[in-house]
Amino acid sequence: MPNMSLNKNPMPSQEPDVRNKNFSEVALGYTAEMAIDEAQRCLNCKHKPCIAGCPVKIHIPEFIKEVAAGNFEAAYQIIAQSSSLPAVCGRVCPQESQCEGKCVRGIKGEPVAIGRLERFVADWHNANATDKPVKPESNGHKVAIIGSGPAGLTCAGDLAKLGYQVTVYEALHLAGGVLVYGIPEFRLPKAIVQKEIDTLIDLGVDVQTNVVIGRTITIDELMQEYGYEAVFIGSGAGLPKFMNIPGENLKGVYSANEFLTRINLMKAYRPDSTTPIQHAAKVAVVGGGNVAMDAARCAKRLGADVTVVYRRTEAELPARREEVEHAMEEGIVFKFLTNPVSIGGNEQGWVSSITCQEMELGEPDASGRRRPVTKEGSDFEMPMDSVIMALGTSPNPLIKTTTAGLETQKWGGIIVEEATGLTSREGVYAGGDAVTGAATVILAMGAGKTAAAAIDEYLKNK
Amino acid sequence: MNKILKKKVLNPTVTLMEVDAPLIAKKAEPGQFIILRVDADGERVPLTVADYDREKGTITIIFQVVGASTEKLNHLNEGDYIHDFVGPLGRATHTEGLKKVAVVGGGVGCAIAYPVAKKLHEQGTEVHAVIGFRNQDLVILEDEFAAKSHKLVRMSDDGSWGEKGLVTDALRKLIESGEQYDEVITIGPLPMMKFVCKLTKEFGVKTIASMNPVMIDGTGMCGGCRLTVGGKTMFACVDGPEFDGHLIDFDEAISRSATYRDFERHTHEETCNLFRQAEQH
Repeated sequence: MPNMSLNKNPMPSQEPDVRNKNFSEVALGYTAEMAIDEAQRCLNCKHKPCIAGCPVKIHIPEFIKEVAAGNFEAAYQIIAQSSSLPAVCGRVCPQESQCEGKCVRGIKGEPVAIGRLERFVADWHNANATDKPVKPESNGHKVAIIGSGPAGLTCAGDLAKLGYQVTVYEALHLAGGVLVYGIPEFRLPKAIVQKEIDTLIDLGVDVQTNVVIGRTITIDELMQEYGYEAVFIGSGAGLPKFMNIPGENLKGVYSANEFLTRINLMKAYRPDSTTPIQHAAKVAVVGGGNVAMDAARCAKRLGADVTVVYRRTEAELPARREEVEHAMEEGIVFKFLTNPVSIGGNEQGWVSSITCQEMELGEPDASGRRRPVTKEGSDFEMPMDSVIMALGTSPNPLIKTTTAGLETQKWGGIIVEEATGLTSREGVYAGGDAVTGAATVILAMGAGKTAAAAIDEYLKNK
Repeated sequence: MNKILKKKVLNPTVTLMEVDAPLIAKKAEPGQFIILRVDADGERVPLTVADYDREKGTITIIFQVVGASTEKLNHLNEGDYIHDFVGPLGRATHTEGLKKVAVVGGGVGCAIAYPVAKKLHEQGTEVHAVIGFRNQDLVILEDEFAAKSHKLVRMSDDGSWGEKGLVTDALRKLIESGEQYDEVITIGPLPMMKFVCKLTKEFGVKTIASMNPVMIDGTGMCGGCRLTVGGKTMFACVDGPEFDGHLIDFDEAISRSATYRDFERHTHEETCNLFRQAEQH
């Protein structure tokens, strides 16, 4: 008999006033009882709309059925057929617009908490499973993966399972890409990312950190001198955007990338860290995406009063709803319909204020969202000692400029065949933010999966 | 992990290390830099490539002990390993077609100026090197510069070595005596480069300055190394580190370079104390 409660089992979480002072994970995860109870809300309906909403097509009703029966390892094995990073996706996927957005239970009441169940199953497996994945027999073909973020790791995992000899090249000193430098500890503990990477290493994937493709080695060298028969580019969208307003180069103005990298990758969140970080008292975060929420919540945890400045209204915030709610609960102030025009500084060249204009919504623009228009004469100044720009990122031009014949969009995204991820160069595939511009972890994983299948097809027929 | 093959103390605060890094040595060019981390929790420290040997597969770095990380690096010895070593990053110095160049280096910046002088000299460019130090004890690479320049002018602030005065005094004298340079390349402390550029602007001599701002990743990701060049924001790590010196906003760069000065001084003192305690035990 299904559980007909209209609401999801709530996620046990740290209290807002406690968690906004520490970097430990906010959500604590379901207990086995909560998971079984929630799993019983799934109707196991015939047409399975949830699967259509999942970029990697996890067999959702099947794994939930196993959870309902208490067979957690069986549930994990079902998820693992489709996803290489379940503990990550259970935490950072925008389920409300994917699987859960399509759930029949959501028509009347809340959808089944698919994300929370995925997370429970992955965590259960990580805590209880003892058998290491078995390295498959090699098929003798070598593939190079550029970038160790979600796209690269997924592509690497899928190819390794098929017996390919896979090397992942990472420019930074630690593998994981945005999962380690961008998404904060309190949303995605680094130990979880490391565990997923260790699983890939057990599968035989060779991870080479400190290699900048385009500088240390080029793609042509990988294919001609190193013997890789195919290359997957999953180098992400790392280049931060700035507003080009006066005062943007004052001390105390950061890109969200720099601020988050200092805190996450360089561990400035730990009191014993030697990474310099400014402990500002008043911080403005400009932008309304998930990265803006991450930066705002990190600044709050370092002790600042934080204001998010966003030029549209709450309804247009591109961040996941849950992240916005968490940020608001933690005491972060939102100033909507507000756009910075300049940043003021003191005599020592540090930020002292931000001057903004009020906006109102006009006609819809190309993205379908109503375009913010300036209200004349509405300038106002707020005292600040730090400003974090979270305005989005664009793909890094390093690979484009060092790979002849690799075609890109004007804005830098690599042009690929959608069904395969094939670029304009034979044997070279790409996916994730390097192709789409800044998007989500799961879309990048989906692209990594697509490319892995296409690479397999290409090399089998070569 | 990269092995230190050779360590040489150049002066009380400046050390040279030759590091095993075959992949980087294969590609490195003068003007480019590497990023290293001394240990598993270390900072990412950018250092310009001081020399490279493609056959031996080595990269030479020369660094001044200024903070916790360089202090720790200086405590490593031949045979020890540097935890992370990545590169080559940034764009190489443009040397093509230059007939006559003045290379102006100051302090530890001479370590970066030297490979540029060497490359120019070896391609047949007439090289005038002007190198300056605070005093005789801090002089580095004198013989190397002498071997790779057609004219070498030595300057020191206190007159204990070469002539007393600033590198700008020497450069002014050279230009006023009728030397015509295709380009001046300057590498050293920001205030020195600022005044070299001011001087050459006066004479209309194209000048390239090598910038070494605060950065994390070195691949264009953090934007911490941004500076204003000709009114536009540029990233030193991917657009540079060398820029047209007449267009750089040096005052802004000087201000930004002090972002973490207090923090660095503090962590450096802490690190020194740790080493001192360790030595006493």
